[in-house]
Amino acid sequence: MSLSRIYAVFIRQIFLYKSNPTRIVSTFLWIIIDVILWGFITKYIGSFGGATFSFANIILGAIILWGFMTRIEHGLMMAFLEDIWSRNFINYFASPLKIGEYLAGLVTTSITTGICGFGVMLLIAGLAFGYSIFKLGLFLLPFLLILFIFGMAMGIFVSALVFRLGPAAEWIGWPIPMVLSVFAGVFYPISTLPKFLQYFSKVIPASYVFESMRAILADGLLSNLTMNLIISFGLSFTYLLLTYFYFIRVYHYNLKHGTIARFNIE
Amino acid sequence: MDETLKVTGLVKEYDSFRAVDNITFAVKPGEIVGLLGPNGAGKTTTINMILGILEPTGGSIEILSRNLKEQHSEIVKQTNFAAVYAQMPGNLSVYQNLYIFGLLYHVRNLKEKIQSLLHDFDLEAFANTKTGLLSSGEQSRLNLAKALINEPALLLLDEPTASLDPSVANFIREKIKEWAIKTKAAVLWTSHNMYEIQSVCEKVLFLSHGRILLAGNPRTMPAEYGKKDLEELFISIAREPLFFEDV
Repeated sequence: MSLSRIYAVFIRQIFLYKSNPTRIVSTFLWIIIDVILWGFITKYIGSFGGATFSFANIILGAIILWGFMTRIEHGLMMAFLEDIWSRNFINYFASPLKIGEYLAGLVTTSITTGICGFGVMLLIAGLAFGYSIFKLGLFLLPFLLILFIFGMAMGIFVSALVFRLGPAAEWIGWPIPMVLSVFAGVFYPISTLPKFLQYFSKVIPASYVFESMRAILADGLLSNLTMNLIISFGLSFTYLLLTYFYFIRVYHYNLKHGTIARFNIE
Repeated sequence: MDETLKVTGLVKEYDSFRAVDNITFAVKPGEIVGLLGPNGAGKTTTINMILGILEPTGGSIEILSRNLKEQHSEIVKQTNFAAVYAQMPGNLSVYQNLYIFGLLYHVRNLKEKIQSLLHDFDLEAFANTKTGLLSSGEQSRLNLAKALINEPALLLLDEPTASLDPSVANFIREKIKEWAIKTKAAVLWTSHNMYEIQSVCEKVLFLSHGRILLAGNPRTMPAEYGKKDLEELFISIAREPLFFEDV
């Protein structure tokens, strides 16, 4: 692995962000809207009598954590798409850049945009609604780490799909977090889902994070927490490894079939 | 001295179609070899395999006596290319593009190297211009500047002067010749401009249907095959490849 080459892939994305402010706006706009929208919704719901806990704690916390994971996935995918849109694959893959270094550069980009997005969400939730994600205490760290790893795995998976199917498949990446949020129990307990859908939840690492978050914030219960963390870490790492190898496999398929040289006609 | 590029029995098949059919050739240090042939003859497929962005079905490619398949990343540090279909990303400036490719090729004293390339290729005024805004001549000069950024021992050029006006095309040709003489770099060059090939190449390989039909000196070959010039020879090969297979 060459740090110089990983940096080259990363700095290219930073140059792009610097050169056109619309890229920065598109990175933050949706997460800002989400936090503001759900902030007001939870404020409204919380105004009804009889609530025994703060909706804002749970819903805003969920929005911020889910937004973080989505930004990681989209950040990685966007960086990959930039190379498709500018027809850069021949230049990159005819250079000494290794496929692992290329992925590492994309991951570095998504870490940067993910952390920036997370910071913006915290700021708005704090200033507008007085909410602090740090109420989760030290558990915040493993939660973020699991969502980060799972977000990376999703980003790599979507990029691999686009790499395999061609630029026409880029739409696949955008709705995936929304679809997964149904099964991951981001906004409601998994037990709300019909039994057969709960099986899907069991294989989504994020579902363990959101179940644990609700347990801590609503009930202060810590039972099963360790097991939940172990399972979700295990699943996240497994998906990351699987998607990494899938991406490498697609790269070799493309090398064999000549797709890298004529990618944009796929 | 050993060949810089040695291609042996190279084959590329797509299902039942054989795009490159068992070709063997070599390029020595300082030599400029032209790869000629009609559209679809297998020139770009051959170049893509040497670049490492297309996996051969059979045969081997050795660059500086090292097998490309086994040591791709190490070997391509000493190669580079310019192709009409591989422009630099248009949404980055000239300087940013050179900076990124300098990092990819581990160029030492990168900033000084970029300044020197900007000067040599008359691009100083465009350093902060987005590449997509450059004229085709300016983009070709940038592609060539990028191709020389790592001072390659092997330079692959796929129609580097296509669609350029004669003045810019001449500038590009002179720069490449100058480079090959100065550094003893080996150059593999595809073009449809026979005048260009005659003026820069010491040797040409004629490809048709993925096979090398003829090889020789572009200045003497037309007379050897009873043709008035290289263009007439090219047309004959493109129209009657079977005749030359028997030669």
